[in-house]
Amino acid sequence: MIPALCDLPAHELLRRLRRREISAAEVLDSTLARIAAVEGRPPTTAAYTSNSGDLEKIHAYITLTEERARAQAQAVDRAFAAGDDPGPLAGVPLAVKDIFCVRGTPSTAGSRILETFVAPYTATPVARLEAAGALTIGKVNLDEFTFGSSNESSAFLPPPGNPWNPRRVPGGSSGGSAAAVAAGEATISLGTDTAGSIRQPASFCGVVGLKPTYGRVSRYGLIAFASSIDCPGPVTRDVTDAALVLGVIAGPDPRDATAANVPVPDYVALIEGGVRGMRIGLSPDYFKLKYPDAETGELREQPIANEIEAAVNKAAAVLADAGAEIVEGGPMPNTRFGIPAYFVISRVEAASNLHRYDGVKYGHRHSGPVTDLRQLYRKSRGVGFGPQPKLRILMGMYVSAAQYEKAYYDRALRVRTLIRRDFEQAFDPAGPYRLDCLLAATTPTTAFEIGAVYGDSVSMQYADLLTVPANHAGIPALSVPAGHDAAGLPIGIQFLGADSSEAKLLRVARAFERETENEPWRALKPQVLRAS
Amino acid sequence: MDPKRSREITEAVFQHLVELASFDLEPGEAEYLRRELNGQLRTIAQLEAIDLPEELPVTSHGVPYTEQTSPALREDRPEPCPEAEEILRQAPEVQERHIVVPDIPLTELE
Repeated sequence: MIPALCDLPAHELLRRLRRREISAAEVLDSTLARIAAVEGRPPTTAAYTSNSGDLEKIHAYITLTEERARAQAQAVDRAFAAGDDPGPLAGVPLAVKDIFCVRGTPSTAGSRILETFVAPYTATPVARLEAAGALTIGKVNLDEFTFGSSNESSAFLPPPGNPWNPRRVPGGSSGGSAAAVAAGEATISLGTDTAGSIRQPASFCGVVGLKPTYGRVSRYGLIAFASSIDCPGPVTRDVTDAALVLGVIAGPDPRDATAANVPVPDYVALIEGGVRGMRIGLSPDYFKLKYPDAETGELREQPIANEIEAAVNKAAAVLADAGAEIVEGGPMPNTRFGIPAYFVISRVEAASNLHRYDGVKYGHRHSGPVTDLRQLYRKSRGVGFGPQPKLRILMGMYVSAAQYEKAYYDRALRVRTLIRRDFEQAFDPAGPYRLDCLLAATTPTTAFEIGAVYGDSVSMQYADLLTVPANHAGIPALSVPAGHDAAGLPIGIQFLGADSSEAKLLRVARAFERETENEPWRALKPQVLRAS
Repeated sequence: MDPKRSREITEAVFQHLVELASFDLEPGEAEYLRRELNGQLRTIAQLEAIDLPEELPVTSHGVPYTEQTSPALREDRPEPCPEAEEILRQAPEVQERHIVVPDIPLTELE
């Protein structure tokens, strides 16, 4: 069966577009047709009651920007016809996580408090993607202000469904991004990763997700959550596309003082280098985890799911066969403190960043009578924020209060030093392990059912147990599909590397992808595509 | 401050936080939020068991910035803001280019 244009990776679309075998307009039409087939009713803030039909559809897009994409496609086709180069992503359909400002579009953060906000400017990574010729199809759903791991906390419902089984979550917070890319509703997406919000949904939806090094990609125009951790990055069909997108969005930006002044290599040119001679680590601390019991809160140790462990070990064997040296046993003892430290650090930063939403300058404002300004704040914020932002703001204020700051916030920032040191030791070229990268499962489980965890904020946070250490340390990490479990749900593995080692991670991941390209699971299609 | 003694967010502390955060809560919402906050605090308590040497520094963000990687500061010069009207249009209530707010509560200092 010939794949539809909307199901091809970006690099293949680009090859055909440059040969003039297809047009950007045709790519756009194919993508819009797929959206019409699988999307279902659009998510809104209206009172929501689930119906069985909702659980068969994707509901990824909060806003579709068809006219914008059409104009961009026409410009790309005109440029090709004139013999010009319309850019490295010319004609590639893009879904933007609705946490980025895009001028002239509602930029909601998945929250009632920004439901009416229309961005007056465009975020730098989006501007770079559009300048590279990408077609902006729309803005996709997310957990409210990115606060979640299932996309269920969005104020815009129905929540997105996982294309492999829409009764399951796509993960979060970039759930709309991963679902859209997996279902052919966009070829690439721009997400953000603060505790795993690119990698965990990529893993759940069987696509590729790259969290770059902290400071690698500008955050100008990103609605802030935790400013010491937030990282924009790509969600794509394959590793080559992730390299392609990162090359476009990475690099310094005069509008963001945290965007590091580090040269951007040609990631695509370096990607086929193979793994011969590389040292790839497996740490026991990424296989045995400590979770609090959902009922009692007591900590208990348990291994990750057998099928996920098997997928990681199999990936190690594949890479060993390809010439890598697998180094087992390296300790990462502070991995288990990633979530407790995150509960403190991210909340303090969220509380600080979310004070700006007051119903005065923009966004939701209480429309009834009020006695004074403080009551306006209380009523606007009380209705505008859902439970997850409220929890984060309240906890952030508590653990940073003068009398608790030393015991909680300061301690968490010092624990973060220990987490960072685990990685520094693992990657130290003069150290005992000298790893080029670490290989681990992306998530402790595959995608869970919609409604199974949401509401239990502790269990939900633990979905990020294996992803959050990279965020604390600021290092890059790349999740790629590595098979399916018995229920047919995708399993993801991640490669974690030293600061600014994205080129190396992409090279390892591409080697794994190439070595496994003929495995039967690679031919499987998401359930929604089989149905349509 | 002994963090073990502060592990429970009491009703009074919760109400204080809600006031500081400027939230009007729906009935039932407060109970859920306080229960979850206390569940999170039990998880955070794991940090207390870690032996942290006195000299261990904080990490305020993972990747250190060096002189070479820190971007140069922008030149301090005025730039036009052509979107001013667009930005003002986002304000929920505007009169003659001023953002309108209700009375600002005043407290007379003694």
